Amino acid sequence: MTVEEAGLIYRTTKEIRGPILFVEGVKDVAYDEVVRVTTPTGYEAIGSVLDVSKDWALVQVFGDTSGLDLDVSIRFTGETLKIPVSDELIGRIFSGSFEPLDGMPRPLSTDERDIHGGVINPAARDVPSEFIQTGISAIDGMNSLVRGQKLPIFSESGLPHNRLAAQIARQATIPGREEEFAIVFAAMGIKHEEAEFFREEFEKTGALSKSVMILNLADDPPIERLVTPRIAQTIAEYLAFDLDMHVLVILTDMTNYAEALRSISIAREEIPTRKGYPGYLYSDLATIYERAGRIKGKKGSITLMPILTMPGGDITHPVPDLTGYITEGQLILQRDLYLRGIYPPMNVLPSLSRLMKDGIGEGKTRKDHADVSNQLYMAYAEGIRARGLVRIVGVVGLSERERRYLEFADEFERRFVNQGYYENRSIEETLDIAWDLLAMLPEEDLIRVREAYIKEFHPKYRGKRVE
Amino acid sequence: MSLVGTIERINGSLVVARFEKEPKIGDLVEVGDLRLMGEIVRLSEKTAYIQCYETTSGLRPGEPVLDTGKPLVAELGPGLMGTIVDGVERSEVKLWEIAGPFVTRGIHIPPLDREKRWSFEPKAKPGDRVVEGDIIGVVQETPYFQHRILVPLGVRGVIESVERGDFTVEETVATLRTPWGERRELRMMQTWPVRRPRPYKERLPLEKPLITGQRVIDTFFPVAKGGAACIPGGFGTGKTVMLQQISKWADADVIVLIGCGERGNEMADVVTHFPELTDPRTGRRLIERTVIIANVSNMPVSAREASIYMGVTLAEYYRDQGYDVAVMADSTSRWAEALRDLSGRLEEIPAERGFPAYLADRIAEIYERAGRVITLGSGKRVGSVTILGAVSPPGGDFSEPVTTHTLRFVGAFWALDTELAFRRHFPAINWLRSFTRYLDVASRWWSQYERDWERLRERALGLLEEASEIEETARIIGEKALPDEQRLVLLIAEMIREGFLVQNAFHEVDTYCEAEKQARMLRALMEFYDRVEPLVRKGIPIERIRELPIIPELMRLKERRGLDPIEEVLREMEKQVRKLEEEYEEVCR
Ligand SMILES: Nc1ncnc2c1ncn2[C@@H]1O[C@H](COP(=O)(O)OP(=O)(O)O)[C@@H](O)[C@H]1O
Ligand SMILES: [Mg+2]
Repeated sequence: MTVEEAGLIYRTTKEIRGPILFVEGVKDVAYDEVVRVTTPTGYEAIGSVLDVSKDWALVQVFGDTSGLDLDVSIRFTGETLKIPVSDELIGRIFSGSFEPLDGMPRPLSTDERDIHGGVINPAARDVPSEFIQTGISAIDGMNSLVRGQKLPIFSESGLPHNRLAAQIARQATIPGREEEFAIVFAAMGIKHEEAEFFREEFEKTGALSKSVMILNLADDPPIERLVTPRIAQTIAEYLAFDLDMHVLVILTDMTNYAEALRSISIAREEIPTRKGYPGYLYSDLATIYERAGRIKGKKGSITLMPILTMPGGDITHPVPDLTGYITEGQLILQRDLYLRGIYPPMNVLPSLSRLMKDGIGEGKTRKDHADVSNQLYMAYAEGIRARGLVRIVGVVGLSERERRYLEFADEFERRFVNQGYYENRSIEETLDIAWDLLAMLPEEDLIRVREAYIKEFHPKYRGKRVE
Repeated sequence: MSLVGTIERINGSLVVARFEKEPKIGDLVEVGDLRLMGEIVRLSEKTAYIQCYETTSGLRPGEPVLDTGKPLVAELGPGLMGTIVDGVERSEVKLWEIAGPFVTRGIHIPPLDREKRWSFEPKAKPGDRVVEGDIIGVVQETPYFQHRILVPLGVRGVIESVERGDFTVEETVATLRTPWGERRELRMMQTWPVRRPRPYKERLPLEKPLITGQRVIDTFFPVAKGGAACIPGGFGTGKTVMLQQISKWADADVIVLIGCGERGNEMADVVTHFPELTDPRTGRRLIERTVIIANVSNMPVSAREASIYMGVTLAEYYRDQGYDVAVMADSTSRWAEALRDLSGRLEEIPAERGFPAYLADRIAEIYERAGRVITLGSGKRVGSVTILGAVSPPGGDFSEPVTTHTLRFVGAFWALDTELAFRRHFPAINWLRSFTRYLDVASRWWSQYERDWERLRERALGLLEEASEIEETARIIGEKALPDEQRLVLLIAEMIREGFLVQNAFHEVDTYCEAEKQARMLRALMEFYDRVEPLVRKGIPIERIRELPIIPELMRLKERRGLDPIEEVLREMEKQVRKLEEEYEEVCR
């Protein structure tokens, strides 16, 4: 039976509004069903059903709708959006809607997975608790990442978030184990050169052969971005929970994703909440982010690192804001640190790793880790406060104590946060630098470190020279 | 018998169906061939608007909708303590066993285990006259929790028989004859529609604070048993950790912890770590008094809405047994967003930020269900429900509708502060913006440990306030230019902040601080102030005070177990201060 005979092709589009088609006279269409849209000139795109009644359907088109007219034919496929999965996906490059970009054939498999995935039953989740050493002090020391965590990078355009993500992908290991990460990389609306940067980086380190790249670039259809991260997560789930692999997923740039969602919402004339974004942005982002994690009884894991640029550097913008409400922390890059030549230009104060507590400490990193991190936060915050005062009262107006903290903050940024793109510090090194810095402060001030740890790790008691 | 309708339209979680005969609003329905769970939220003659609790992907117009004729109810009875259920009370462990690690749609399992036998011990005997709410027997559900089996609402009469022994929740454990001569069988399981508050005999004034072991709350901004509090804050400011801390350590008999539209890993964390904890008061395992409702952020929005009502209904049921129950709702904002989502799909006219105009009423209805009451039943059994809600304001801005409306209906407000969180001052509760209306209740209780509690607290808060004013000045002229008396205030405020307010949830000792220790610690800090303040006035430079080795000791009292270290530190303080005094007098001479 051909599709025509099944009566599943319609030419009854009555209205096109941006990426949304209103199709009449349809029968037996399912909510969320995939459609194939074909223009008389042969352009093809996929779409899905957003709203359906007995005789009409609202369809969102993931392709380019700029040239569409009412003459398009719409084929309802009777299925939700699925992709074939197999281990042959590894090493391949696809478009944002899963067309091969590497000149190889379309992947085939009898195992097809819905790109929306399922919800991991909270009772079946395993608590992520294995410390990932990224070799970057600002992360390992103060915002430790663990396997199965979702930890985004909040950045601004022009800051080196891509380099940071690439460095993490290159250096990430579980100390003492030689397991490597498979990488699933999804681009949404980023520039060619940015995607190329990642491809080259993965190629250099050999990661390319165990990565999957899904690329929707700046000049690709924006609405396609709605499916791109879901395809990535579907592949990641397969690699992690069927093939027992440890997967690092990088999604960049989630702000572009959210804009695509917003344009659908505007076309549907939904009531916006903030800055035109729909009220369901939180829930929608959650359906992507929450797919990271670990499952009891399964070997693999999905560690997720979304990257997003904060419009105007504003962390209260809905995209970073709602992301932060879903993810297990955030790493924040900041322009003024970048301008002062600090790499990675990470502001540790608003950064956070919520799963750090389960990944660090005796037997994992070092027993003093949590206290040291806590003390660094407090001391750096004091220093930043003093730096603010200097602008008004000048250094001379500072008390001796304030001056000491000011100096601490400078040194902290210069020696702890700042490091090389190819510098890979062990967690021991990171904590030792931290102690050298803490030794700049009076011992009585180290109130957040247990006394026993001061006695054991403070340079003064370790026979090291104290400046 | 039951009504059958046909799907007309599917728009996300909203399904529109047409029935031959008008169904009832609030009825639970089974939607489509997959029999997805849903609830009728609006009726327009024979057209029903249904919010579906499961993902509607793949549903088609024309599929059937079955009206169960019953509203969404909670099943009440033994079997929930220590378990984790979803927003409509299905055991998530069972769902996992049946369907694997990913949530699968259309699975129908009864909330309470129908097979499990509970050892029922009768408390009533044949011939007893009983009314609704009376206890007919008890079940030791967990070593921690004794479940009291109540005569259901609307039932009274004379007991004819009672059993003793092991029964399932559906088996008859007693029979009675009603005044109208009917014979009624009583079982351990009852049901109650979640959106309807359970009745009680009388509301009582609040009497005791809920002691949480968290100093900033117990000492500065206490909540009463039977009261309500909210904890708003931007992401990462400490809402979840605080509610978890309270769940662990609060002196309630039962905890209902609702994860409403938040992270799956947080729920996993609770399920993993709670069983390791023991109650400092009873030595029993804390998980045995805890019911967890987990409705995570990527589950359908509509089920979030139900989860809060489910949690509060369970709490009221335990209250009716005569217990003090504390409900944590994390986060009520996700619940409000579910309301907004549904309202938008129903094309209702929005008020602020897209929220429906009835948002405030709905918030009020929930917090109204907190309270301390005399329960139904012949005796004077007293129980309470305390409701603590996290609020997640967009952009951390407290002027948004959910925060502002919630503020009107709660008695304690714990304002989280991003700046404090950045410097890892946790709990990041801002002492200048927070408030409590339960001070009288708390004072009376605290006087058992500290006669002067209220004054002590006021002085400490006053100092903190004064310090923040002085800091304003210092921001302009520099700390160095301040008089020493003021610099001393800054020092003491810092000691209170770091030595008292900061409380690390992950510190093996300080995760919980018993009430008496809280009082003694605060007194010790204030005694220090009283002792050194005259010295500063006499002219001893603040630098000399700052150098006293007792200061870090005072600030580390929180890490020390028990009360003895406090006395030691006070003695040592006296020595050091006297020495300083003598040196100074020497110099003067
Ligand atoms: N009392 C506390 N002690 C130690 N750390 C805390 C405390 N409260 C919060 N934190 C830290 O802050 C992080 C965020 O807290 P959380 O309660 O998850 O924030 P929210 O729910 O407001 O987003 C936690 O992961 C933890 O690292
Ligand atoms: Mg939280």
